[in-house]
Amino acid sequence: MKEIYLDNASTTKVDEKVLKAMLPYFSEKYGNPSSPHLKGEEARRAVEESREIIAKSISARQKEIIFTGSGTESNSFALKGLFFANYPEKSHIVTTKIEHDCILNACKWLEKQGAKVTYLDVDSEGFVNPKDVEKAITEKTFLVSVIHGNNEIGTIQDLKEIGKICRSKGVLFHTDACQSFTKTSLDVKKQNLDLVTLNAHKIHGPKGVGALYIREGIRITPLLHGGSQEFKLRSSTENVPAIVGFAKAVKISRARDSVKMQKLRDYFIKGLMEIPNIRLNGATGNKRICNNINISFRNIEGEAIGSFLSVKGVFASTGSACSSKSLEPSHVLLALGMSPLEANSSIRLSISKYTTKDEIDYALKEIKNTVERLRKISPLAS
Amino acid sequence: MTLDYSREVMKNFMNPKNMGEIKNPDGIGKVGNPSCGDVMWVYIKVGKKGGKEVIKDVRFKTFGCAAAIATSSMITQLAKGKTLREAEKITNKDVAKSLKGLPPIKMHCSNLASDTLKKAIEDYENKKLKKNKGKK
Ligand SMILES: Cc1ncc(COP(=O)(O)O)c(C=O)c1O
Ligand code: FES
Repeated sequence: MKEIYLDNASTTKVDEKVLKAMLPYFSEKYGNPSSPHLKGEEARRAVEESREIIAKSISARQKEIIFTGSGTESNSFALKGLFFANYPEKSHIVTTKIEHDCILNACKWLEKQGAKVTYLDVDSEGFVNPKDVEKAITEKTFLVSVIHGNNEIGTIQDLKEIGKICRSKGVLFHTDACQSFTKTSLDVKKQNLDLVTLNAHKIHGPKGVGALYIREGIRITPLLHGGSQEFKLRSSTENVPAIVGFAKAVKISRARDSVKMQKLRDYFIKGLMEIPNIRLNGATGNKRICNNINISFRNIEGEAIGSFLSVKGVFASTGSACSSKSLEPSHVLLALGMSPLEANSSIRLSISKYTTKDEIDYALKEIKNTVERLRKISPLAS
Repeated sequence: MTLDYSREVMKNFMNPKNMGEIKNPDGIGKVGNPSCGDVMWVYIKVGKKGGKEVIKDVRFKTFGCAAAIATSSMITQLAKGKTLREAEKITNKDVAKSLKGLPPIKMHCSNLASDTLKKAIEDYENKKLKKNKGKK
């Protein structure tokens, strides 16, 4: 059976070049970067070169990149680490209603530890109004955290503008850039960023490795204590193969891949729009991540569409993969002002640099067929 | 997404039995699932067999997840040919069992099917009561 993978916002296939770069670090160059001998040095060099590649890609300095175990960890580290470094003098965080669960759940946990959190509204396309950020900041605020490219609806926020406000107010600015990294411009200097969350598995790198950019001079409390790796900020023996793979994935990413994806994305959207009673959720054009589509189909449920398509070999997602085990409508779609019913009628289709026009044509055919079948079953459609 | 579903669930979801409407039905049940917003409609046609009232035909329409559609298909198969008293007693557990199980988070979907069938039977009996009253 054909397999058409349209869930690249969940995770991506590891690029062959990435895999090849990683392999020697499992069984040949397997040293511990902290060891004071040649085997250790070899691994240390690989980690530092990787750090340099990732730092450069966002205009940061090498020592400002901390490797972590995932995007989730980077986000948790940023929020909790800054909370513990600033509490009780400062206790207020400003974030949004459309963050990834790992930010929202870390915020909820911090609220139990004494933090106050403001969750900003977004408009119908998912944009945060920078003026709302400005209004929400108080004397107690130590951090503003806003997702760059949204994982469900693809909307890309104006980081530069929000960053400018944070700078002028003397508040730290963090962004979760897991979805946008390498797909749209990310520059810590131009966009006034203090902390940035990155991970590898959304960009054809391995799972289980992330990074946190922390601008030099920022006080942050580590979550892990031990052998003082990662500038004393993240103890653990470095996951050398994954770090090498992460850097390789960054190094081989090309702007032209994003251009190609965006064209295919818009071709896909145009085809979908031929289906009656559907709508695109999120922003359009350059303000939407080049690989993301999120569609609501009236009168049928996203879970059923996804299940049906899966049998036909087309792999999509309902909302975000992490929440597909729950029945709650997506908090992101609700934040756009959609009703729970509309939110539950949505699926996310996310392409990659490997996606072809033929695959999209096949998917379009199957989606049209699925929607027709399920609408026949639905009492609401008649 | 589909991995949690049994083969029987997928079979009934992909090719549901008794899907559609009945013109001039004897009873209709329309139920919404409060926990997820899903909706099921059941139409029944009642006939007589050996002096007892039986479900001669039953059809459904469902807005819901794969489990909701599969349980709709299954309950109509279980109900067809049964007496009203037997059909009323079909529980969500019976439906889940006939489907070779449902993922725990989807158990509530089977409530929708049994509730809607009961509503359709109730609707039939209410109509009958009214008719009989009219005759008097
Ligand atoms: C926006 C965003 N943030 C964070 C994460 C979590 O990253 P990880 O899977 O590496 O923990 C993801 C994806 O899973 C994501 O899309
Ligand atoms: S999730 Fe609503 S009936 Fe299954």
